[in-house]
Amino acid sequence: MDISQFFTSADLFGIAPEIILTVTALSVLTLEMLHVSRPGIILMVAALGLFLAGALAINTSGDEQILFGGMLVLNRFSVFFDFLYITIGLLTLIFSQGYLEKRGSASRGEYPALILFAIIGMMLMTRANDLVIVFLGLELLSLSLYILVGFLRHDQLSNESGLKYLLLGAFATGFFLFGAALTYGAAGTTNYNGIVTAITNNTILSDTYLFLGIGLLLIGFAFKVALVPFHMWSPDVYQGAPTTVTGFLCTAPKAAGFGALIILFNRAFVDIHYQWQDIFWILSAMTMTIGNISALIQHNVKRMLAFSSVSHAGFLIMGILVLNETSISAVLFYLVVYSVVNLGAFAIVSAAEQEERGLNLKDYRGLAAQHPWLSAAMTIFMLSLAGFPPTAGFVAKFGLFSAAVSQGYIGLVIIAVLNTLISIYYYLRLVVNMYMQKEESTLILSYKMLAIVFVGLIAIMMIILGITPGYLLEIVTEAASTVA
Amino acid sequence: MAENYLPILVIFVLAAGFAFVSLIITHLVGPRVTNAVKMMPYESGVDQVGKTRIRFSIRFFLIALLFIIFDIEIVFLYPWAVVFKDFLSAGSFIFFEMVVFLAILAFGFIYVWRNGALEWE
Amino acid sequence: MITGNIITDFCLLILFLPLLAFAINIFFGKRLPRQGDWVSVGSVLITLILSLSLLMNMFMNWDANFSYEAQFSWIDLGAFKVELGFWVDNITIVMLAVVALISSMTHIFSLEYMKGDIRYSRYYAYLGLFTFSMNGIVLANNLVSLYIFWELVGVSSYLLIAHWFEKHSAADAGKKAFLTNRVGDIGFFIGIMLIFTAIGSFNFQDVFAGVSQGMISGTLLTLAGVGLFMGAVGKSSQFPLHIWLPDAMEGPTPVSALMHAATMVAAGVYLTVRLFPLFSPEALTIIAYVGGFTALFAATIAITQNDIKKVLAYSTVSQLGYMILAVGVGNYVAALFHLLTHAMFKACLFYGSGSVIHAMHHSLHELHDHDTDPQDMRNMGGFKTKMPITHWTMVISTLAISGVPLFSGFLSKDAILAGSLAFAQHHPQHFLLPVFGFGAAAITAFYMFRLIFMTFHGEPKLPKVFEGIHESPKVMTFPLMLLAGLSFFIFYTLPYFNPISDHGWFTELIKAGDSVAPGNPTAHEIYDGVHHAHYPAMALSLLVAGLGIGLSYLMYMKHKFSAENWARKMGFLYKLSLNKYFFDENYNRFLYQPLLKLSRAVAYLDWDLYDKYFINGFGRVTNLLSKITGRIDYDGLDQILVDGVGRSVRRLGKQLKQVQTGRLQNYMLFALVGLIIILVIQTI
Repeated sequence: MDISQFFTSADLFGIAPEIILTVTALSVLTLEMLHVSRPGIILMVAALGLFLAGALAINTSGDEQILFGGMLVLNRFSVFFDFLYITIGLLTLIFSQGYLEKRGSASRGEYPALILFAIIGMMLMTRANDLVIVFLGLELLSLSLYILVGFLRHDQLSNESGLKYLLLGAFATGFFLFGAALTYGAAGTTNYNGIVTAITNNTILSDTYLFLGIGLLLIGFAFKVALVPFHMWSPDVYQGAPTTVTGFLCTAPKAAGFGALIILFNRAFVDIHYQWQDIFWILSAMTMTIGNISALIQHNVKRMLAFSSVSHAGFLIMGILVLNETSISAVLFYLVVYSVVNLGAFAIVSAAEQEERGLNLKDYRGLAAQHPWLSAAMTIFMLSLAGFPPTAGFVAKFGLFSAAVSQGYIGLVIIAVLNTLISIYYYLRLVVNMYMQKEESTLILSYKMLAIVFVGLIAIMMIILGITPGYLLEIVTEAASTVA
Repeated sequence: MAENYLPILVIFVLAAGFAFVSLIITHLVGPRVTNAVKMMPYESGVDQVGKTRIRFSIRFFLIALLFIIFDIEIVFLYPWAVVFKDFLSAGSFIFFEMVVFLAILAFGFIYVWRNGALEWE
Repeated sequence: MITGNIITDFCLLILFLPLLAFAINIFFGKRLPRQGDWVSVGSVLITLILSLSLLMNMFMNWDANFSYEAQFSWIDLGAFKVELGFWVDNITIVMLAVVALISSMTHIFSLEYMKGDIRYSRYYAYLGLFTFSMNGIVLANNLVSLYIFWELVGVSSYLLIAHWFEKHSAADAGKKAFLTNRVGDIGFFIGIMLIFTAIGSFNFQDVFAGVSQGMISGTLLTLAGVGLFMGAVGKSSQFPLHIWLPDAMEGPTPVSALMHAATMVAAGVYLTVRLFPLFSPEALTIIAYVGGFTALFAATIAITQNDIKKVLAYSTVSQLGYMILAVGVGNYVAALFHLLTHAMFKACLFYGSGSVIHAMHHSLHELHDHDTDPQDMRNMGGFKTKMPITHWTMVISTLAISGVPLFSGFLSKDAILAGSLAFAQHHPQHFLLPVFGFGAAAITAFYMFRLIFMTFHGEPKLPKVFEGIHESPKVMTFPLMLLAGLSFFIFYTLPYFNPISDHGWFTELIKAGDSVAPGNPTAHEIYDGVHHAHYPAMALSLLVAGLGIGLSYLMYMKHKFSAENWARKMGFLYKLSLNKYFFDENYNRFLYQPLLKLSRAVAYLDWDLYDKYFINGFGRVTNLLSKITGRIDYDGLDQILVDGVGRSVRRLGKQLKQVQTGRLQNYMLFALVGLIIILVIQTI
């Protein structure tokens, strides 16, 4: 029997980043087993693995490759996401230095290992060309996240949010799996190419099944990226999870969800995408509005950022509503900016967090006098999230809005702009608290030098990207052109 | 095609019917004596030591969970064994593939062991 | 040999080193040793070395057609694309060298001149910002970055003029310079936009190609040209926007030398030279007349000024008018040549005046005399013996600006005059242009020697002050000597040694290109005309320079004629000149006051009428209505309307908070309802 009909060495090379990351995660666990759990060493090993995986990913960034008989597709788009995950993972690990100990949990090798496993899952999601692979990736990601969310075993909130996330995640997985099954029933295959062929050749067995399947798949994703009304879990979970995990949770899985959603609707359901535009429209409008209004009344910084991330998902859905090359590249740009800025903001929040306090807006009063550089960085992050020029956030929002306007979604863009205006209020509230309130801040920030260096780098990058977005725009346009 | 399954249905109905009928008959014809001793969980003479509703140690769940994980992983060995001979002609790849799989499994086992999840106290 | 990539690197360094110095000094300057002046001086000296090596490279190549362009994309949003880049040719290299040289001289000169200033490090930071933006203008290969740097130059000029902002006049002068420049910049911006709409690109080469293909022509092209020229009028202080430059002398003297004599004001000339190919014949005629008129007009004002810096300021306006005139008659190589020579001798003159003012200032300071004006030439006289270096260097540069043979000004001025003469020969109806030129030349020679005689010769007017006058220290005299040395002809005629020839490295390495606008003569035709007019122009210019110098000598050295008598006899004209033709007063009466009145009227309409009656009335009615509705139905929807949207949004948020119970079963219920709604919507 010939093995090459099942898979070839090219397939193995294709998934080399995943293999490397698996080996790294196992080595990290081994180090922990051998009681070499000095955080620095573990971080170094994990970072090495991530770098190696990134190098191998870029190695495969040439032409489009189809692996494992059509299960995985490698192209610029997937490589772009690989890099995004790796960057987010690396930043999360750097920002987590010392945080878990501060919150009373032993530093353990499981933490980086779980993040690495989550990255593998996400890589599979955006490389997938088959619903089964998406499901596998999604599960690997979700299982890692369930544990990460509940990582602070002695913290009741963390435990609660872990359980909530597990239950609702399982609920969402049910939707997704059911959707995949119905799609399989209708199209006779779970492969994207097969599905699109079945739709174009009109060999769909049952239109109802397909319709239900797409709907349920969409809801499965809607849970994962927290679209209204499937977002209810996110504030509770984001608030309860360790802050550094929250940073990871509201960036990378969201990116993976949107990436997979783009591929799904652009490759498998490309011909019937237009039938779902009303739903996307409503989801987008509702998500951004309800997310923003809820964020407005929050006093807890983590919860505010959680709701703000819900509203950002609403903006991002606009790109999937339009779904052409411009809008996809805008989504990619937005994801990069949003992810990096959020990580930076959560890094500062996690530095300020203490046992009893450090999470309320009031605690930030007068912080600027004590920590002018960190406050300046936080201001840049907030301005970037609000979409002020000359930060990168402005360019990102501008790209998305102009992509939507060019396809005639004027009404939605008006809603989006109004929402942006609302969002300025609560983003700037933090800034006002830091700078303009006279009260002495008693927060004692604890941070590692490395983390601060990266926070500063992110802040500078956001300004640079706001002024000269050209380089990143080029990359995202190239990535988007391979799927559009 | 569906009629091929008819015998199964018949057996199912017969089995269920037998159980149901015997329960009803014992209920109807059996004598009923109720006293304290008779209502005890074990009426064969062993004294009860405590309540039935006790808390189990979380370790039981941990052990059970670990057992299930490893047990289910082992299931993958069966299909592998079935196609093993067909693939052997293409070299020893299929053998080493399972070695990798088992190695990862073994790693998990060692990890659990080293972290003390299998120790009772 | 320096090639492509290295040129890019050099240019990036030349551009960004001063910016780095700016950033360091503005943030950390005060905390650094010596307040960070060494950072600025070091960075600018490195740019000088880099610029000079580019210049050496140009000599070694000896290629008149050398040009190099480097581009990179800045914003790429599909349809809207902005590319930034450099365009380096021989003109750029010469300009870079001029900017770097004068800028480093200014940096060095200021070490002494600005010693002890309260905002010393900030002063150096702004110098860095200016050098950065000026280099940006020179290197720009497109209109957008040119415009950006153009504005940055305006900003740094504003900051430096108003450096001593405690002095009311300095703060006002800064504002005046900035606002007057803005007037010109509006035209500049309109010109840029006209060109972009017609051609769709900002890049110089694309624009020239577009013009030659006729994508923009006729009146529109003339309008665009005039618009772009308006930018130059503002920045180069041409009539009628010349009013800001004399006031800008409120800034520190080294700044005046750097910006208001050698480089910044030359940016306007540089702009017209760079964009010369796209000016239509009509636009060029306008340019020629504006330039020629400014040259003569400013010279007539300079005659009667007594403030040493004001004389130099009007002289600068006049000389810039020369350059603009040269561009207007098509002889733009001569304009650039004069820019180069003028930068050297005018900077030298300014440093000289700075040296004199510095000496006066110290002398007055020791006498505790705070009323005597240290800049008034009527308080000087006889400084020749006390300040020999300052005297001789200033004499050399005065000889240069007067157009005396053996000095640089002779060569470049002669080229300009020859150009205007040739132009008038071809177009007799424009006979006024050479008249402007020669007239201004005579007057320039007159008032410049007046300055020398009044300052350095004759009897000291204030003997007490005279006692305390000393030669300035070496850091101040070094730039003077260097720049005076560079005012000799030899540096511009190499490799030839003929002091009256119109050949030299400059004319051979910088060749005029053909205009791409229809109707203009070719570069060759212009060159032929200039060449033929060379000797007559030279004879004439020698004659008028001699006349001016002679008259000045008789009047201010020998006192054969009394200047006061003349002034009395020509009372009206004298008053006009002394008061600068009442420009500021007339602008005030006919422009600012009406504008102020108009804005007050609008404010009255807005505030008193509109607000008082309309808005307040509206408010009162709304108030009444809300009271009524509030009484009828205080709760519910009405309250939201009255209380404003903000509160209702918050309330909505609070209601949403009720939904966020924290109970999983509720969340799942919401999700299920959402699912059902989605499916229902989709089925319909």
